[in-house]
Amino acid sequence: MQLTLWTYEGPPHVGAMRIATALRDVHYVLHAPQGDTYADLLFTMIERRDRRPPVTYTTFQARDLGGDTAELFKTAAREAYERFRPQALLVGSSCTAELIQDDPGGLAQALQLPVPVVPLELPAYQRKENWGASETFYQLVRALAGKRREAPEAAESAGAAAQPGAAPRRPRCNLLGPTALGFRHRDDVTEVTRLLATLGIDVHVTAPLDAAAADIARLPEADFNVVLYPELALQAAQWLQRHHGQPFSRTVPIGVGATREFVAEVARLAGVDAGPALAAAASRSPWYARSVDSTYLTDKRVFVFGDATHAVAAARVAAQELGLRVVGIGTYSREFAREIREAAKLYDVEPLISDDYLEVEARIAELQPELVLGTQMERHIAKRLKLPCAVISAPVHVQDFPARYSPQMGFEGANVLFDTWVHPLMMGLEEHLLTMFREDFEFHDGAAASHLSHAGGPAPRPAPDLPEGAFRIEAAAPPAAVESLLDAGATPAAAAEAGPTTWSPDAQKELQKIPFFVRGKARRNTERFAAERGVHTITVETLYDAKAHFGR
Amino acid sequence: MSLPGSLLFRPGSLPGTVIPLQPEMPAPAADGGCASAPVLRERGQREVFCGLTGIVWLHRKIQDAFFLVVGSRTCAHLIQSAAGVMIFAEPRFATAILDERDLAGLADANDELDRVVQRLLARRPDIRTLFLVGSCPSEVIKLDLSRAAERLTRQFLPRVRVLNYSGSGIETTFTQGEDACLAALVPTLPATGAAPGAAASSLLVVGTLPDVVEDQLAGLLERIGVPRVDFLPARRSSAPPAIGAGTRVLLAQPFVGETVRLLEERGAQRLPAPFPIGIEGTTAWLEAAAAAFGIGRAAVAEASASARARAQRALERQREVLEGRSIFFFPDSQLELPIARFLARELGMRLTEVGTPYLHRDHQAQELAWLPAGTRLSEGQDVERQLDRCREARPDLTVCGLGLANPLEAEGLTTKWAIELVFSPIHGYEQAGDLAELFARPLRRRALLSV
Repeated sequence: MQLTLWTYEGPPHVGAMRIATALRDVHYVLHAPQGDTYADLLFTMIERRDRRPPVTYTTFQARDLGGDTAELFKTAAREAYERFRPQALLVGSSCTAELIQDDPGGLAQALQLPVPVVPLELPAYQRKENWGASETFYQLVRALAGKRREAPEAAESAGAAAQPGAAPRRPRCNLLGPTALGFRHRDDVTEVTRLLATLGIDVHVTAPLDAAAADIARLPEADFNVVLYPELALQAAQWLQRHHGQPFSRTVPIGVGATREFVAEVARLAGVDAGPALAAAASRSPWYARSVDSTYLTDKRVFVFGDATHAVAAARVAAQELGLRVVGIGTYSREFAREIREAAKLYDVEPLISDDYLEVEARIAELQPELVLGTQMERHIAKRLKLPCAVISAPVHVQDFPARYSPQMGFEGANVLFDTWVHPLMMGLEEHLLTMFREDFEFHDGAAASHLSHAGGPAPRPAPDLPEGAFRIEAAAPPAAVESLLDAGATPAAAAEAGPTTWSPDAQKELQKIPFFVRGKARRNTERFAAERGVHTITVETLYDAKAHFGR
Repeated sequence: MSLPGSLLFRPGSLPGTVIPLQPEMPAPAADGGCASAPVLRERGQREVFCGLTGIVWLHRKIQDAFFLVVGSRTCAHLIQSAAGVMIFAEPRFATAILDERDLAGLADANDELDRVVQRLLARRPDIRTLFLVGSCPSEVIKLDLSRAAERLTRQFLPRVRVLNYSGSGIETTFTQGEDACLAALVPTLPATGAAPGAAASSLLVVGTLPDVVEDQLAGLLERIGVPRVDFLPARRSSAPPAIGAGTRVLLAQPFVGETVRLLEERGAQRLPAPFPIGIEGTTAWLEAAAAAFGIGRAAVAEASASARARAQRALERQREVLEGRSIFFFPDSQLELPIARFLARELGMRLTEVGTPYLHRDHQAQELAWLPAGTRLSEGQDVERQLDRCREARPDLTVCGLGLANPLEAEGLTTKWAIELVFSPIHGYEQAGDLAELFARPLRRRALLSV
């Protein structure tokens, strides 16, 4: 029994739903009690899908338990087939149905439906959502693409000089792993498909997202597989390699470096030259990272948490492509703990393998990072701890399905990462300007924002001699509000702790010289520093001692 | 301007003066509305939440209670999804997720539960009532939470009382979870000791209402002259209402059938009334309370005059949007009948189908009588068949759950999320306009958008 406040992953049958919903003509009959239909709203509300997930729930009740729940299942399966006419049927149990042991697989087989029926065994009391998705995809691929390819005809193999006159066909691969409710899967598929096109590689089938059952059967026709999300598709890819001799890619193209390695890897798998594609590759993020304004990013402390693939990739981008310092890395997926442990060694940090939200929160509070890269859960933690945060991984939220094109993968994905991770941080130029303007007659923290000072009038334009950044700071929020926001970070507990310490008038005056938006942090740090050392009166000296102590 | 056949508000009356009521409540249609109308009973896939969902509002209402679901990862995921963005550092609800070892041996499961509860209560000294909430898996494996609650109560009294109820989907639909929770509270309520046949001494309003609504209704009842008013659930478990033969029970929510049955066993008497939804429902509800204490209608009319006038003005604006439009209800909270009645009688909407997960004929008697004759009523659900009927009816507005709303919008139907009707303050005079606006907004929005 595990005490759980918030979960990173749903149960495994929700993973199966992500596969069924991604596919075009596969239906899932789920033996489940009333209430399990809540999962539909994940797809229709979070992802804003315009169709219901293709799932039929048997909806058994307490009074059915003494009777014939098996018959209920058969009726539901038969009616679902007749109504929806799917090309394949997934059948299985949710956690409660697993306990009553009705064997949906056997019951569905007995119906003799004219389409393949794939039984799913998803142990709900051991496993979780990503495992369920991976297992479902794997079982579906085994069932639909199980037939071994006949000896490939010469004309079928890529690049081979086949029958005279016939042009050799372009190499082709499958994209494996994108699902419904995936973190930016839709846009990653577009980006990686474009990237492969620059190499002259065709995408044969993308699965399961938007694939038909017939497409799954065609998977073995490709020359190799690209595994976009190992958590969801590694198992299927490994089977396709064993059974059909299809090699698969290991590199996940998140970040410029990984994308370049990915290009080289798939070029090798396809037998094409990566040179031209790499030469043409363009991403703004490397130049943006080198531009002088990014200097302020140097060694900023970042904590990374997510599924293993996104966390490992994010840590690499943070360290190598933005010059941040990784102070912690972790994942909620125990199945991929090894990957995280290895990455942790690179950054010389303690890996955190946990799906306990409170444990993750405690680690973040202890490490005091300047940026959190995590899931929606860490976004909430960061909000409470008043830390900047960007989301890099599932579990997803409605905000993770932006209207605009916003991939994580490929060269454009690297641009998206730069923007979304750097924007929560204060711009370097802004920091300098604030230092320059501190104590300024117009920029002191008591001044109202200029756009509020002429009631009813139009927002005044920024003074022409002020650079863009300066206006933005001023207009962003009334300075007093900003300070109160920062000060709100001092919890009652912290305030009580700091109770006996007082500020000398000089130190108080010195504190006022610190730009308002970091003043709250400086005050808290100084008070903590003083409390830890038993200093009762904070002087200018204490202030600078604390600054030296916390400055790195 | 005013409602056909009803003059609750007479234009031109001065604010603050007594507005005379009609001598009779608007009479039910000659045929008794839907009192004896046939009900389409269906079973099949139900697109509704289970009773665990009630925790989302119950934990906000009972401020010193903690709700511990004993269930599966699905239960935890459901509550998290239903609670949406309400992520608190440490919410006052959690799930003890059963794993394989718990399934293998129930003795161990009980030890494990004790361990989890000890850890929880050690962390949360502010908790006075702990609800162990049963789920589908705990019911199926027959984990006896009532014995666990007794055992833990012995251990933790006087600081914490441990109670249990089931919010499982195999036994409860959505709001029935609140009924189960309140029913668990009834035995803990002190007795007044009044002898059987005692005269009415206090009023107990049953069903969770937002605090703001509770305060409004309490104020009205006080002005009317009802001597004592209590609410169930109480905001703090340290101040439970006493019950006995002098207790008169008035339902604020339609889904508290089991709770009322237990209160009646303890001598309390239910007052037949419609639900306090809309002007008409709220007035009749207050009058039922007044009558039980020998107070006449004039007192209700006087105490509610200004509120009714305000509500009438608020409804007139929404009536422009809603009048003559058709509406279809998928089953959700059991509030469908009172809301449909309000929309039909006070806003002139046309009812196509009114679906409800469960129909308590006795408690809904007044509502059934007030529904326009010819309204199609359905109880339970086969969602596929109901969708077929909805598509055929092509209503101007469809009230449904979140799993259906966007898909129906994509088909060109305008929808209203049903769950908002449970999470928003909708009862009483001051909320009548807000309630109507919840239905008018999707229609106004559809008219605004030109993309």
